[in-house]
This record gives sequence, C-alpha cells and structure tokens, in this order.
Amino acid sequence: MPVHHLEETFQQTVDAEIKIEAKDWMPEAYRKTNLRQISQHAHSEVVGMLPEGNWITRAPSLKRKAILIAKVQDEAGHGLYLYSAAETLGMSRDQMIADLHSGKAKYSSIFNYPTLTWADMGAIGWLVDGAAILNQVMLCRTSYGPYARAMVRICKEESFHQRQGFEALLVLSKGTQEQRAMCQDAINRWWWPSLMMFGPRDSESTNSDQSMKWKIKRKTNDELRQNFVDMIAQQVKLLGMTLPDPDLKWNEARGHYDFGEINWDEFWNVVKGNGPCNRQRLQARINAHEEGAWVREAAVAYAQKQSAKQKKVA
Amino acid sequence: MQCSIRKFYYGDIPEEQGGGAAPSESMNEHGWPLWEVFIRSKQGLDHKHAGSLHAADARMAIENARDVYTRRQEGISIWVVESKNIHASDPGDAESLFEPAADKIYRHPTFYDLPDEVKHM
Ligand SMILES: [Fe+2]
Ligand SMILES: [Fe+2]
Repeated sequence: MPVHHLEETFQQTVDAEIKIEAKDWMPEAYRKTNLRQISQHAHSEVVGMLPEGNWITRAPSLKRKAILIAKVQDEAGHGLYLYSAAETLGMSRDQMIADLHSGKAKYSSIFNYPTLTWADMGAIGWLVDGAAILNQVMLCRTSYGPYARAMVRICKEESFHQRQGFEALLVLSKGTQEQRAMCQDAINRWWWPSLMMFGPRDSESTNSDQSMKWKIKRKTNDELRQNFVDMIAQQVKLLGMTLPDPDLKWNEARGHYDFGEINWDEFWNVVKGNGPCNRQRLQARINAHEEGAWVREAAVAYAQKQSAKQKKVA
Repeated sequence: MQCSIRKFYYGDIPEEQGGGAAPSESMNEHGWPLWEVFIRSKQGLDHKHAGSLHAADARMAIENARDVYTRRQEGISIWVVESKNIHASDPGDAESLFEPAADKIYRHPTFYDLPDEVKHM
C-alpha cells in the first residue's frame, strides 16, 4: 500500500477512537513523538523519586515514613510501566537510560527544585502530583494503546499521592505558628514551578497541532493549566493558606480564575539545565546506575549458572 | 512522512532545547531479557496480561512482578513468559483472520426467534 494511503487509514483509525498498537503501521513522526514523550515521562517518574527520597529518613513519624516509602515505590513502578510502553516503539531500555544520563533526554523540570522542609512533601503531593494527575487523566485516552494502558494503571495509584500530600499540609495548617509558616512557605515555593509543569503557553507555538490531531494529547497546555489553577485555588482555602499570586482572582465572565504571569525565563533556564538541582539529580541517577552495575552483572552470572546446572540434570 | 511535531506540550520538551552533552556511546546491554507478566486477580479468574519487565531469570521476573504489579492486592498468582517466546498474529492479517466471523450471526443465540412460552433456552 502506498504511504499516503496508510497515513489516511491511520488517521481514520485514530479519529474513530481506535487505539494504535505496537505492531500496527504508524507514521514515523507518530512513533518518534510517542517514544520521546513516553520516555521523558518515564524519566520524570524515576528522577521524581529523588526529591522525596530525600525525606524518607527524616519523616516526622513512622506513619508518614511508611506513606512516603509507598509513594516513592509507586513512582518507581510508574517509571517501569512507562519504560515498558516506550520499549514497544523500538528503543532499548539501556538506550533510554543512556540518553537520560547523557542529558539528551529530558525529564520534568519540577524535580530540579530542592526539598527544603518536611512541608515540601505535602506540597509536592498536593501540587506536583496534582498537576501530573491532570495530564495523566487526559493521557488515559491517548491514541497509543500501550501508553494509554500504562496511564490507566498509574492514575489508579496517583490519587493517593495527592491526597496524602494535602492531608500532610492540612495537619501542618492546624499546627503551631511555626508549622503553619512552614506550610505556607512550601506552598509559596512550589506554586509557580507547578504551573510551569504544564509547559509553555499555547500562543508560544505557531507550529502544527499534529499531536492533537493524532490524539496523543487531548488538551492544550493552557487548558490543563487553567484546570489546575481552578482546582487548587479552591482547595487552598481549606488549608487556610494563600497562593503567592496577587493577580489570582475569580473571573465571573470566564468562569475561571485569572492568574498572574509565569516567569518563563526561569522555566527555560531550568529546562536548559541550570535549575537549582539539575546537576545533583542527574549525578544521583548516574551514581545509582553505576554503583548497581555489579548487581546486574551478578544476577546475569547467577542466571547463567542456574540454567547450565538445569541442563546438566536434564 | 517528514512532519515532526514541534508543539511543546506538557511533558514533551524537545530534546534540542536542553543542555547536556552529546549522547555518550551506548552502555553495555545489561543482558536481562524482557518478560511478559500475567496476573490472576482472584481465584477462579484467568491470568490476564498486566505488563512487562526485565529480569535475569524467571524467578527474578516473578519477584519483580510481585513488587511492581501486585502492591495493592491486584493478584494471587503470577505467570511470567519470556517475551521472545510469545508468537503473535500479524495485524496485517486481521481482516482475513477475523472478519469472516462478522457475517455468521447464526452463531449467536439472539439469531433465533422462539415463542415466548419457551422461557429459558
Ligand atoms: Fe507517578
Ligand atoms: Fe505520584
């Protein structure tokens, strides 16, 4: 079949809301875009363990520690689901990890910010996971089957992440003067970076909407960001806290909250590798990989020995 | 098709926007094969495909599957099969394989009109 014919059929399949599976014909750009997006998403889950991992040993109670470990373990699982989905598009896991370590592949910039106090664990769960969930709920309906299935599994696990974060802040918000100040400070520091998670404004890009047409994405950055602001602006009231934006206010006509301008210089700066923790995060990943090399090798040696033994017996 | 997507969506930062060095030569493959994981969610039900993972051998694949796919009581039994041992039908053959079933509606009980008196059949 000529390629333009295949493309037409492909688009019809997508338009009919039928999922594309790994072995189906797909345009090369569709494969590449999915591969890039899914692998970035996987890297984000994995690097995302670091800021929270920082507080596991210092959680204020055994209960909080168990919760935090469970959450971080979930994120490792999310990374794995997504790497598996990306592998179906023809790139090896080792290559993806090599690309992360070399700096070629990106991960969400939010994880390049430091976690300075315990309240940051609450703010991350509530704001960062909250922002991620909006994106991920949308992606449950993405056109590439393996990605959509990974997202369904992930979304089932995510809602506890946001709830435990909000609850941790709720406890602080009812605490001492110091605890309340800590809570507000964490919200102040995480608010703007969370808004940046949704990426540049729609108007920034004059390029084609191919990702929408192929139903890889189903909402624009600004739509998702607005959903997020509307949700958080309400919830913050329950904490008796404020969001650090003097321009934030309800707009009756739009039926949405208006909010202030994001510092895009900061956004691009962190994307380019100059955020507060970029180097540290990447180095931590590289160290973990290199220091774990002997374990991977030992496991292979052991597996080979066992199978040789079995063959002898047989 | 030479159309590359340049719209910067959430979670899709184009690679050339970043800093970072040129990709280093690819590392040694760790040599852990890929496994497909099947989970029985409860007694009496079939094992169902849950996902995949890398592991050095079957035992490790089961242990990892337990950690990854059953953290919330999703399963009571795990199967793992090395992915290379799975043989699949070709999507290109889907039409010739599955479409002939479409016009054989007489294979379904609803095809037959029976008097109401026949109650359950
Ligand atoms: Fe996650
Ligand atoms: Fe999460």
